[in-house]
Amino acid sequence: MFANITNALDFQSKALVLRAERQQIIASNIANADTPGYAGRDLNFKDAMMNATGGGLNGSSSNLQGNGTTDPRHIPLASGGFDALSGRSTLAYTTQIQPSLDGNSVDMDRERANFVDNAVRYEATLRFINGESKTILSAIQGQ
Amino acid sequence: MSMFSIFNVSGSAISAQSQRLNVVASNLANADAVAGPDGQAYKARQVMFETVPLGSDASAGVRVSSVSESNEPLRKVHNPGHPAADADGFVTQSNVNPVEEMVNMISASRSYQNNVEVMNTAKTLLLKTLQMGQ
Repeated sequence: MFANITNALDFQSKALVLRAERQQIIASNIANADTPGYAGRDLNFKDAMMNATGGGLNGSSSNLQGNGTTDPRHIPLASGGFDALSGRSTLAYTTQIQPSLDGNSVDMDRERANFVDNAVRYEATLRFINGESKTILSAIQGQ
Repeated sequence: MSMFSIFNVSGSAISAQSQRLNVVASNLANADAVAGPDGQAYKARQVMFETVPLGSDASAGVRVSSVSESNEPLRKVHNPGHPAADADGFVTQSNVNPVEEMVNMISASRSYQNNVEVMNTAKTLLLKTLQMGQ
């Protein structure tokens, strides 16, 4: 019963952890914009989120277990992509749009756009969490 | 909270860029320096950046690995009246190229600003996270 109440919150908190992780990756790219030979990296958010929630993206109606199987007796799937809470990840590398002589693949325009986009989505996730916790609180108080 | 390491990442970049700016400033200051008693004039310097991993897989900072001197030939100006002129009347000056240094300066300053902005955004997001549930 209580799990039903906190399911949505659980889902949003996983999204928040992943957004923070991606923010960090993009900050690293921007910091290394002038480092020769640095390969820019990024996180495929959809795949990472699939991994973190065990395949169910809607967060509530999935009967999947945490490791992507539908029955505890199944052999768990190998986890590529990102494991949200342990912090292990296999990050992808960005491609060069305008190749540079020093081998650096960071495209500053794209990184800045990604950074702002990710910041807004992080804030949106925060607001969802706030809204849901307010909903739960008003349900508990019953006033 | 993994977002705190953004401050480490961007902080390392800011420190590296300010070292680069420092080197540019000394290059520009010595652009017209002539050779001293040893016959060697100031040589333009340049910083080398390298990536330094900071803890987790996702965060990569920057540091200045070395400061190297330019190998370009020193500039020789014909000025027989100058006290530092050699037997043929040439004065040896530094090999600093002011145009290159100005470009380097603008690039360093833009990168610095970018990283400050990243830190500001991270700070705003963290403050909003602190207010969660209020």
